Formats: sequence, C-alpha cells, structure tokens
Amino acid sequence: MTDTTLTAPARKVAPPATLAAVRRIGLAALGLALFLALWESLPRLGLVNPMLLPTPSVIPAAFWAEIQSGAWASAVRASLGHYTIGLVLGSVLGLVLGIATGMSQLAEDMTSWVVRVLRPIPGLAWVPFAIIWFGVSPSSAVFIIAIGVFWIVFFAAHGAIRGVDRDLIEVADAFGFRSAWERLFKILLPAAMPGILVGVRTALGQAWMAVVAAEIFGVPGLGQRMIQASSLLATEIVVVYMLTMAALYGLLDTLFVAIQGWVLRWKA
Amino acid sequence: MESVIDIRGLSLSFTRDGETNEVLRGLDLAVPRGAFIAIVGSSGVGKSTLLRVLMGLAAKSAGEVTIATRSGQRQPLALVFQDSRLLPWRSVADNVAFGLEGGGLSKAERRAKAEAALDIVGLKHLAERWPHQLSGGQRQRVSLARALAVEPEVLLMDEPFSALDAITREGLQDELVRIWQVTGKTILFVTHDIEEATYLADRVVVLAGSPGRVVADHVLDAPRPRKRAVAADTGLVAGIRQHIGGETMIDGTGI
Repeated sequence: MTDTTLTAPARKVAPPATLAAVRRIGLAALGLALFLALWESLPRLGLVNPMLLPTPSVIPAAFWAEIQSGAWASAVRASLGHYTIGLVLGSVLGLVLGIATGMSQLAEDMTSWVVRVLRPIPGLAWVPFAIIWFGVSPSSAVFIIAIGVFWIVFFAAHGAIRGVDRDLIEVADAFGFRSAWERLFKILLPAAMPGILVGVRTALGQAWMAVVAAEIFGVPGLGQRMIQASSLLATEIVVVYMLTMAALYGLLDTLFVAIQGWVLRWKA
Repeated sequence: MESVIDIRGLSLSFTRDGETNEVLRGLDLAVPRGAFIAIVGSSGVGKSTLLRVLMGLAAKSAGEVTIATRSGQRQPLALVFQDSRLLPWRSVADNVAFGLEGGGLSKAERRAKAEAALDIVGLKHLAERWPHQLSGGQRQRVSLARALAVEPEVLLMDEPFSALDAITREGLQDELVRIWQVTGKTILFVTHDIEEATYLADRVVVLAGSPGRVVADHVLDAPRPRKRAVAADTGLVAGIRQHIGGETMIDGTGI
C-alpha cells in the first residue's frame, strides 16, 4: 500500500430529510426521462417499425386531436358511467351478501357450495351471457364489471364481519343491544369497515380492467375507442387512451384513499 | 337491609365436546343497596362467570337471581370489563354515551349525561379524543364512565385494574372509593388480589373450590380513608389466603 495518509474513515452523514426527498424526486424524474428517451429512440433509429410503436413526442398532438373531436370526452364519460354503475351495483350486492353470510351461519352454510361453483368462473367468461342477455350495450359492460367487483367485496365483507372481536360484540350485549340489527350497526359494521374498505379499493382497480375488457367487445367507451384506433394502426391514439386510463385510475384511487383516511380517522 | 341483588342456589355448568364442566354450585349471595362487596378467588373459580350470569351474558343452570329495579330504569346493572373494551371508532364522549342510545334521549341529552359521567372520573377534558390516544388508566376510567352513564343500580367490575401498572392501579382504587362515596352506587368488585379486596371493600366474599362456592364472607369495618398497610396487617389477608386454599395466588406479594 502506497497510501500513507491516514484519515478517519469517511463518516456517512445522513442528508437532511428535504435533501433526501429532492434526491429521490430527481432520480425518479431522471428515470422517467431515460425511459422516454429510449422509447423515442427505438423507432427513430429504425430498430422498431414506427407504425407499430409511436414515439412519445407524437402523443400530445394525438391527445389534443382526440379532445378537439370530442371523442375523448365522450369515451371517458361512457366508460366512467359503466365503471360507476358497475362498481356501485357489485359493491352493494357484495356487501349485503357478505354481511349476511358473515353474520348468519345458516346463510353461510346455504351458500357455501354455490359460492364454490360460481366463484372460480372468471369475470370475462360471463361475456357470452352478457351479450345474450343484454346485447352489445352499456348494460352488458355494467354486468361484467359488477360481477368482478361483487366477488372481491363479498369476500372482503364476509371475512371482515367474521373477524370482528367477540369481546366488542359482548359490549353491545352488556349494554342491552342484542338484536341483529343493533349488533350490525353499533359494532359489526364499524368494526369491519377497515377490511371492507380494503376490498372496495381492490375492486376499484379490478373494475377498470373489466371496463376495458367489456368495451373491447364493442360497447362504446375507452376500450372500444382503443380497438377502433388499433384497427386503423393509429397506435398513438391507443397510447393516449392507455395513459387516460392510468390517469383516471390514479385519480380515483387517490380520491378513495383520502376518503378512506377520513372514515378510518379513528385508527392509530 | 334491602337487597339489590339476591342470588339463591345459583349453579352453572357448561358442556363442551361432550364434557360437562361445573363452574358454580349452590351459590347464595345477597347484595345490600349501597354496599361495596369484593369477590375474591383464584382464576377459574367462577368469579367472572358469576358477573356474566348477572348481566345475562351467560345462562345459569339452576337457582334464582332477583335484581331490584326502580321503575323506568333501563339498565339496573352495568359491567366494567377487565380490558376497557372501548369501541375504537368512537370518540371518548361517544363511547361513554354508548349505553344511552336507543333510550329515547336526544343527542344533546346523551351528550350531557356522558359529560357528567366523564366529569365524575375526571376526564371531561378528553371527551373528543379517540381511545387509542389514551393511556391504559385513562381507558379504564372511560370504561367506568360508560358504566356510570347509564345510571345503573349496581356496578359490576370484573378485575378492572388488574392489567394496570401498580401506581396507576392504586390511583384508580382511591378514585373508585371516592366515586362510590359520591354516587352511593352498589359495587360488586371481582378480583384475585386479596390486598385490593381488603383495601376497597366493606365485605369480602371468598369463592373457592371446583365447582366454585362461597367459602368465607368477611365484613370489614376499617374506617376510611384506609391505609394500605393496615389492611394488609390485620391478618385478614392471610386468613383469606388460607380460605382460598392451596391454590397459588399470583399477586406479587409472595407471602
């Protein structure tokens, strides 16, 4: 070793919290920039056929054109309509049945085999029936979305109600609240709320997938618009709608997390 | 003296996996109005079960339980659990008002009664807190306030201080005696801690055996405020310990 200067080993000083945050954001931005640069360069360098992969630089113009023509707004409105109705229908049914089977052994025993048969059927396997029963119509999309949501919320509600601490139910008994109704509203529902909301949040994401799937079969909305664009090889428009979905889902999830935080503000 | 609770020949057994377990047999106990009675015994002797039967949370197998109620009283008995069992999604005030719901009182009336009960336990200033923001001792006070709020004839307390640290426990014991003196409530206090029983109560009823039955009934007339050392010195503690029998008491005093 030729190094003769002896220095204390460099002590790593933890950067202040703000500095660390700035660094993290900087790295994230850098990563995104590199990703976009790579994406942009692949078609430009002729490594990928530009017909098959649009460059990111053409996306803003395509987005603007979609907004100008009114196609974007009408597709978003239609999809959000299917999404909301399907989500509400599936959640309400899942909640009601999940609570019923969670509270009543009779209801659980009665439904256990039916659940076992129906549960493994993928949501999309209902598409043929959706088309036979409702045609290629918004109801069809709502039906597909609601089925997926139903199972998630059903199991979440069932499990959450089942998991409520018996000791808390005894508190209701000790203060004279002994009817099923009083138990449900005074103890079970508030105690199960964290678990139920986790289920609803999962369903929120699951329902978006179902929206696209249902609309790909021709029900007007984001999914249908994507398929139209893809058949014309207008790949930049496909990307516009992919990003639209990501943004809508991100927005709804953020909104939901805020509401969830308020509802569960009693939690430590 | 008039009894608020009159228990005659109470027996209780339950069957699990085809095995019948007798918990209490032929238990007699009359609880006079305004009394502070401690029920001591080792774990598993049926002390808590007795309170659960009185509350209607467990079904007796035989015997009679008579509870005197004043007219218009919704709930003659209120139970304070060993763990506070506050409802975590309700504020302190709403927890205390819990037992008042469904009784035809307006929200404002319930709120006023809850605040009065919180005032008795000295926690009115914490009315808006969530349970998870309280210390163990505070939680148990809120639990006591919740029971007091329904204005019961008798407070049933199931080892309410056993999960607390020694300093908090002594504070709450003194607080309970004060509340008993102020409110004139009848208190039935279950504990496995003999010193606690002799420090607090007018009368100590000892349960022992399997199935559990009353093996001793001591009247304590030491003047109040009591000194902790005196209650432990009278020989009563040792006497009760003998009554309880060969069972090991885990209360840390190691006599």
